[in-house]
Amino acid sequence: MSSDNLVEFQNVSFAYGKRPILNGISMSVPRGKVVAIMGGSGCGKTTLLRLIGGQIRPAQGQVLVDGQTVHDLDADGLYHMRRRMGMLFQFGALFTDMSVFDNVAFQMREHTDLPESVISDLVLMKLHAVGLRGARDLMPSELSGGMARRVALARAVALDPMLIMYDEPFAGLDPISLGVIGNLIRRLNDALGATSIVVTHDVHESLEIVDYVYFVSDGVIVAHGTPDEMRASDKPFVHQFVHGEEDGPVPFHYPASSYGSDLRLGVKNA
Amino acid sequence: MPNSLVRGVRRTGHRVIDSLWRLGVASRFFVLILLHSGTSFRRLHLIIKELFSTGVLSLIIILVSGLFVGMVLGMQGYDTLQRYGSEEALGVMVALSLVRELGPVVAALLFASRAGSAITAEIGLMKATEQLSAMEMMAVNPIARVVAPRFWAGVISMPLLAAMFSAMGVFGGYLVGVKLIGVDEGSFWSQMQNAVDFQQDIVNGIIKSFVFGVAVTAIALFEGYDAPPTAEGVSGATTRTVVTSSLAILALDFMLTAFMFRGEG
Repeated sequence: MSSDNLVEFQNVSFAYGKRPILNGISMSVPRGKVVAIMGGSGCGKTTLLRLIGGQIRPAQGQVLVDGQTVHDLDADGLYHMRRRMGMLFQFGALFTDMSVFDNVAFQMREHTDLPESVISDLVLMKLHAVGLRGARDLMPSELSGGMARRVALARAVALDPMLIMYDEPFAGLDPISLGVIGNLIRRLNDALGATSIVVTHDVHESLEIVDYVYFVSDGVIVAHGTPDEMRASDKPFVHQFVHGEEDGPVPFHYPASSYGSDLRLGVKNA
Repeated sequence: MPNSLVRGVRRTGHRVIDSLWRLGVASRFFVLILLHSGTSFRRLHLIIKELFSTGVLSLIIILVSGLFVGMVLGMQGYDTLQRYGSEEALGVMVALSLVRELGPVVAALLFASRAGSAITAEIGLMKATEQLSAMEMMAVNPIARVVAPRFWAGVISMPLLAAMFSAMGVFGGYLVGVKLIGVDEGSFWSQMQNAVDFQQDIVNGIIKSFVFGVAVTAIALFEGYDAPPTAEGVSGATTRTVVTSSLAILALDFMLTAFMFRGEG
C-alpha cells in the first residue's frame, strides 16, 4: 500500500442480492491524477464510486481512501471523510427546491460557520470558475442540461475536496457542453491539486483529458493503461470499445435461444 | 394438489414476512426521525419553510371543507332536532360533532390527500433524482436535513388545521342554522358554550389530531423514502400514502374514541 495512491481497491467483490456486480477488482488511483473507469452500461462502474463513498460495503476485499479502509469507519468517520470528497452525479442531482446559489452554498452552510458574506464570495468564485456567475438566481428547472452539470460541478468542488468523483459527466450533453465539461474536469483537478475519478463510457472525450484508464467488463478489469496505450491496444474488448464496433467480445445480441427455433422454422431442437 | 398447497402456504408466509419486515423498517425509520430531530429544532427556519408548504398551503381546502361540512351539519341537524322540538340544541350538536370527531378526522383525511401525497411525491422524486444520495455524499444526513423538518411541520400543523376546520364548521352551522333557517341565536351560542367541555371535548379533539398528524406525516415520509426510484415507484408510493394513512386515521380514531369517551352518556 503506497501513500502515492489516494484510492486503492484490493480484490474487491460486490453483489446486489445474488447478482454479482464486481468480481475481484484491484486498482489504484494515484494522487493528483485524473483516472477514467470505462465500460459498457450496467457493468458496475457506478458501484465503484458508491464503494469509495462508503454508501455500500464490499462483500469481499478492501477499499482504501487516503490510507483508511472505508467500510471500517464509523458514521462520524465516514461523514468526516465524505467532507473531503466531491461527487458529480449523473444528472447533476441539484436540489430542486433551492436556487443555483443555494445549491453551491449548501455544504458551506452545513459544515462551516462562515459568515454569509464570506460564503457569498466563495460561491461566486466557484460559479465564476464554471462560467455561471450570472445564473446564480436561477432555479435548477430553468437550467439546460449542460448548465445544470456545471452547477453540480461547482457544488461538488465547493469545499475544495481532495477527491472528485464524476458519474457519467458527459451523458446527454451537446458537443459544446461536452468539451466545456471535459476541460473543466481537467482544469479544476489541477487547480485544486485534487485527484479525480471519471466514470464514463464516452471514449473520445475522456481519452483527451485523463492520465490513466481502467476498462471494466462483467465485473473485472479487462485492460488498463494510458490513453495512448489504449488507442493503440489490440485487445479485442478495448478495440471494440474505443472504436465503437457493434459486435465483438461484447455481443450485439442479448443471450437467447437460436433464432430459427424462436421463429418456429421447423428445425426441431435447433 | 400437495404441490399447490405448499406453494400457497409458501406465498402466504412470504407475504407475512415481507410485511413484518417492512413494518420493522418503518419503525426503525420512525426512531431515526426522532433521533435526528435535534438539528431541525436548532435550525427552526427549516421547519418554518415546511410549515408553509404543508400547513399554509393546506389552509384553503381545510377552511372551505370545514365551512361546507358545518353547513350540511346545520341543515341535517335542524331537520332531525326539530322533530323533537329541540332545534335550539343545534349549536351543541354541530359543535360536539365537529370538535370531537369530524374536525380531527376529516381534517386529517384532507391533510393526508393534500399534504401527505405531496410529501411522498417530493421525497420519492428527490430519491429518484439522486438528491438524497448527493446529500449523503456531502456528509449531510438526509433524515436530519430533509425528513425530520417535514415530520415536525406536519405534526405541528395538523392540530392547528383541525382546530380551524372545527371553527369554520361551527361558523357554517351558524350561517345555516341561525341566519338561514332562523334558530334563536342566543340559545344556539349559549347552549353550545354550556355543553362543550374544554377538557373532555376540545383537548381530546386536539390529542386526536396530534396523533393523526404523527401517523399521516410518518407514513407519507416513509413511503417517499422507501419508494423505488422510478416513475411507477413514486406514483405507487403516493397512492399507498393516501390509502394507508386514511385507514390508519379511521382505525386510530376508533381506538382513541373508545379510550376517551367510554362511559359517557
